[in-house]
Amino acid sequence: MLSRVRGKWSYLAIAALLLFLVIIPFKWFLGQYTVILIFIGIHTMVTVGLCLLMGYTGQISLGQAAFYGLGAYFSAVLTKTHGFNPWLAMLVAALATGGFAYAIGFPIFRLRGNYLALATLGLGIIMAVLFRELDQFTGGPTGITGIPYLSIGGFTFDSPFRRYFLVWFFCLAVLLVSQNIVRSRTGRALRAVHGSESAAESVGINVAQFKVKVFVLSAVYASLAGSLYAHHITYVNPSPFGFLFSVMVVVMAVVGGLASVWGAIFGAATVRILSDEILLRFGEWDVIVYGLILVLVMVFMPRGLFVALKEAYERWRLTHRQRGAEA
Amino acid sequence: MSPEQFVDNLISGVAQGSVYALVGLGFTIIYTVTRIINFAQGEFVMLGGVFSFLLFSSVGLPLPLALLLAVLAATVVGAVLYLLAIRPARQASVISLIIITIGASTFIRGVVGQIWGKDYMPPLPHFSGDNQWLWIIGITLVVMVALHLFFSRTMMGKALKACSINRQAASLVGIDARSMAFTSFALAAALGAIGGAVITPLTAPHFRMGLTLGLKGFVAAAVGDFRSQVGTVVGGVILGIAEAMVVVLDWGPFASAYKDVIAMLVLLLVLFFRSSRGAAQEAAS
Amino acid sequence: MKHWLSLLLVAVLVAAVVPVVGCSESETIKIGALFDVTGPNSPLGTPEKQVVEMMETQINDAGGINGVPIEVIVYDTEGKEDSCVSLATRLIEQDGVVAIIGPSSTGESLAVIDTVDKAQIPMVSCAADERITIPVGDSIWVFKTPQTTYMAVQEIYSYIQDQGITKIAIMTDTKGFGAGGKKDLEDEASNYGLTIVSNQSYDNEETTNWDPFISKIENSGAEAVVCWGTNPGPALIAKALDGTGIPFFGSHGIANTKFIEVAGDAAEGVIFPVGKMLVADQLPDSDPQKAVLLQLKSDYEALYGEGTCNTFAGHAYDALKMVQMAVEEVAPDKETLTEELKDRKAFAAKIRTEIENIEGFAGTGGVFNMSPDDHCGLSKGCMVVVKIVNGEWVWLQD
Repeated sequence: MLSRVRGKWSYLAIAALLLFLVIIPFKWFLGQYTVILIFIGIHTMVTVGLCLLMGYTGQISLGQAAFYGLGAYFSAVLTKTHGFNPWLAMLVAALATGGFAYAIGFPIFRLRGNYLALATLGLGIIMAVLFRELDQFTGGPTGITGIPYLSIGGFTFDSPFRRYFLVWFFCLAVLLVSQNIVRSRTGRALRAVHGSESAAESVGINVAQFKVKVFVLSAVYASLAGSLYAHHITYVNPSPFGFLFSVMVVVMAVVGGLASVWGAIFGAATVRILSDEILLRFGEWDVIVYGLILVLVMVFMPRGLFVALKEAYERWRLTHRQRGAEA
Repeated sequence: MSPEQFVDNLISGVAQGSVYALVGLGFTIIYTVTRIINFAQGEFVMLGGVFSFLLFSSVGLPLPLALLLAVLAATVVGAVLYLLAIRPARQASVISLIIITIGASTFIRGVVGQIWGKDYMPPLPHFSGDNQWLWIIGITLVVMVALHLFFSRTMMGKALKACSINRQAASLVGIDARSMAFTSFALAAALGAIGGAVITPLTAPHFRMGLTLGLKGFVAAAVGDFRSQVGTVVGGVILGIAEAMVVVLDWGPFASAYKDVIAMLVLLLVLFFRSSRGAAQEAAS
Repeated sequence: MKHWLSLLLVAVLVAAVVPVVGCSESETIKIGALFDVTGPNSPLGTPEKQVVEMMETQINDAGGINGVPIEVIVYDTEGKEDSCVSLATRLIEQDGVVAIIGPSSTGESLAVIDTVDKAQIPMVSCAADERITIPVGDSIWVFKTPQTTYMAVQEIYSYIQDQGITKIAIMTDTKGFGAGGKKDLEDEASNYGLTIVSNQSYDNEETTNWDPFISKIENSGAEAVVCWGTNPGPALIAKALDGTGIPFFGSHGIANTKFIEVAGDAAEGVIFPVGKMLVADQLPDSDPQKAVLLQLKSDYEALYGEGTCNTFAGHAYDALKMVQMAVEEVAPDKETLTEELKDRKAFAAKIRTEIENIEGFAGTGGVFNMSPDDHCGLSKGCMVVVKIVNGEWVWLQD
C-alpha cells in the first residue's frame, strides 16, 4: 500500500502511523482503549494467517481457534504447571502447534477439492472438546488461573500499558514478515496458486507444499497470539477457543480484505470495535444491529473495507490530478 | 445392553441423523445452485422449531396446521433473505456472500431472541403415540421422495438441477440464474424448517438452537461434498448413528463427553477414505 | 458513485462508534455490573440485571445512600471472557466505579480476577464455583454470593441417603456448573454411602437424542438419577426418564419455573436442593431470611411479573446489598461520603474491608458471614431440599 505514496512522503506516513500507535495508550490520548487495542492486536495476528491462507490459496479454514487455543493452553500449562520460562513456553507452543499443523496439513492438501473447510471445522470441534475434557492437563471447563506475566530481565509486562507495546510489537512483526512473503517469489507463486493450480504446477510450483506451508504459518501466528492472550488475561478456559471465534476470524479477514495483509488490522479493528461499541449503545439489540451492519458492509464493500478505502483514495487522487492538470 | 435396546438406540440415531440430513440438504441445494455456503441455514431450522411452538402453543392452532404454517413462514424468511441480502450483492465474491449469510444469521437470531425471548420453550407434544423417532424417519423419507420427484419430474426442479451442473450452459438455454437462486433459498429454508419442526417434540426450542443443528447439517453436507444429495443424507445418518453409538458404548476414551469428537473423527475418516479412493481412481484413469 | 457510498458508510460507522467522552467527576456513587444478558447465560444475566436496576431506583428514591445517589452501570458481557475483561477495565478506568457486581458465570469471573486485583477494586461475583474465592490469597478483592456447589451436593446427598438409596446414576453438563458438580458429586458420594453406577456427561446446548443416555442408566441398576446442570438438559432428561420409574434429583440449576414448563408432567415429584427463596412463604417466621425473601419477591414481581423472581436475581441482590452496607459502614453520613468520593481508590479499599467484615447478613442465598479467609460467607444450612408438587415448590423439612 505504501508504494503508492511517493518518495519521502511514504516515510513520513510510516513515521506518523508509528507515532500514532505509540501514543495511543497514554492517558492524555486514547488510553482508555488500551485493553481493546491489545485484543485487536492479538486478533490481527490470527487474522493475518487466515488472510494469507484464504487470499493466496483460496481455501477457507474454520478452525483457527484450535491453533489459537493450543498456543494459549501450551503457554498456560507450561508456565503455570511446569514453571517454564514464558518466552520458552511461547516458542515451544509455536513449534508444537506448527508441527501439528504440518502433520495434519499434508493429508488434507494432498486431496483435491475443498476439504479444508470440513477438516478444519472438525479440528476446531475436536480441540474444543479436548480442552474441556482433558482436565488433568487443561483444568477442564474452569480452566487455569494465575498464569504468570511475560517479563524481560526485571521488567514485567504486568500492566495493560506495557502489554500493549508487547502485543503490537509482535503484531507488527507478523505483519512485516507476511508482507515480505507476499512480495517475494514465494508470494507471487502463492498468488499464482489461487489463480490456477494446474498452471502453477506447470511452471514448477509445488502447490500442495505451498498450501501446507501457508497453513503452518497461519497456525504459528495463531499460536503466538494465543500465548499473548494467556499472558494478558492470566486465565485460560475453553470458551474463547470455539467455533464462534473461528467464524469471527473469517469475518475479520473478509471485512478487512483478503488481498492485503494490512487489511487484517482493519478487519480485526472494525469487528472488535463494532461489536464492543454496539454492545454498549444498543444493549439488547446488539446482535441484531451487528448482523445488519455486517450484511450492509459486505453488500456495499464486497472486497473488504481496506480495498474500498484504497479505491476511494485512488479515485480522489485521480480527480484531484485531473483538476490539477486542467488548471 | 439388550438387542432390543440396541435397536431402539440405533433407530434414534438414524432419526437424529435424518434431521441432520434435512438441514444438510438445504446447504447442498443452495451450494450447487449458487456456490454459496449459507451460514443462515441453521436459523431456518430454528425458525421451524420456534414458529411451530408459537403457532401451536400461543396461537392455539392444531398441531399439523401449526407445523405447516411454521414451515411456510420459514420459507418466506428464506426467500426474503435472498432478495434483501444476497441479490443486491451482485458483484460480491462467494466468500463475501458467505459473510453476508453469517451477518444474516446473527440478525435473524437476534430478532427472534428479542421478540420471543431468550429462554427455552417447552417441547411440542409427540406427533402421535410414543415414538417420535419413527415419525422423523417417516417424514424424512417422504421429503426425500418428494425432492427426487421434484428434481426429476418438474420443470422447476430440472432447471435447478441444470443450474447446479453448469450455470453458464443453463443460462444459455434460457434458465434465469437469479430465479433459480431464489428458489434454492426458499427450498433450503423449507427443508431446514421441516427438520426443526419434527425435532421439536424432543427438544426445547430456543433462539440459539440453529447454531448446533446448522453445524451438524453442515457436516452432513460436507460429506456429500456439498454436491451430492445422497452423500449428504448418508453423512447425516452416519453422524446421527455415531453420536448415539458413542454414548451407548461409553468405553473408556469414548465416553459420552467425547461424543462430538468421535462423530467428527468418524466423518473425517469416511471422507478421507472416499476421496482417496476418488483420487486413486483419478490417478488410474 | 458506489465508492462514495462506501466512504459515507464508513464515515457513518466511525461516527456511530466514536463514543461520547464521559466525565468521571461526579457526585454519585458509581457501581459497575457485568452480566451475561444476551449470551448463553442470559437466563442468569437477565434477572441479575433487572434486580440491580430495580434496587438502584429504590435506593435513589429513598435519597440514595446517606443522601448521595448511586449509579449502577450495567454492561452486557455476552458471556465472553475477553469482553468481560475489556468491560471491567472500562468500568474501572472510564466510568470510575468503586465496586463491581457480577459477572454471571464462573469463566468470566475467573477471567476478570486479574484486572480487579491489579486495579484494587472490590468485586462481588454472582457465579458459584469455589475457585472464584478459594484460595482467598489469589485475590483479596473478590467475593461471591451464590452458594458453593458442594453445599448443594451435600444437601441432596443427605436427603437421598435418608431415603435408603445406595446406587445412583449421575448426569452432568459438560460446562462449568455441571463439571464442578460432577467433581463434588464424585468426591462426596462415599460420605453418604452412595455408589455411582453410571457417570455420564452431556452437552447442554447440543444434545437432542437422550435415548442412549437413558438406556445406559436403565442398564446400570441405578435407583436414582442425580442431574447437575441448567436448562434445558435436566428438563429433557426428566422427560426422557418419565415412565422408567427411576426418580430424578436435580441441582439448584433447575430452580426456576422454566424447568417445570419444559419438563411438563415429568416435573412432578422432582426433588432438588436450593436456596430458601423458592419456598420463602413456607419458612417459619423466626427465619431471618423470610422477610428479606418475601420483600424482594413482591418488589421484583410487581415490576417484572408474577413468578419471575428467582435465585439468580437473589444472588445479584445479595451482592449489591453487601456493597451498599459496606458503603454505609465506611461513611455513615453525607459529609464523610462526599469526602470519600474524592479519593476513589482509598474509598474502594475501605469498601472491600467492610464487605469482608460483614457478619450475620440475612440475604437471599443464606446468612452471610464474611471473613478474611472466607469470601463466600455461607455454610451448610443455607440450602433446603424442595419437591415439585402440582407445579409448585414444596419444602421438604427434615
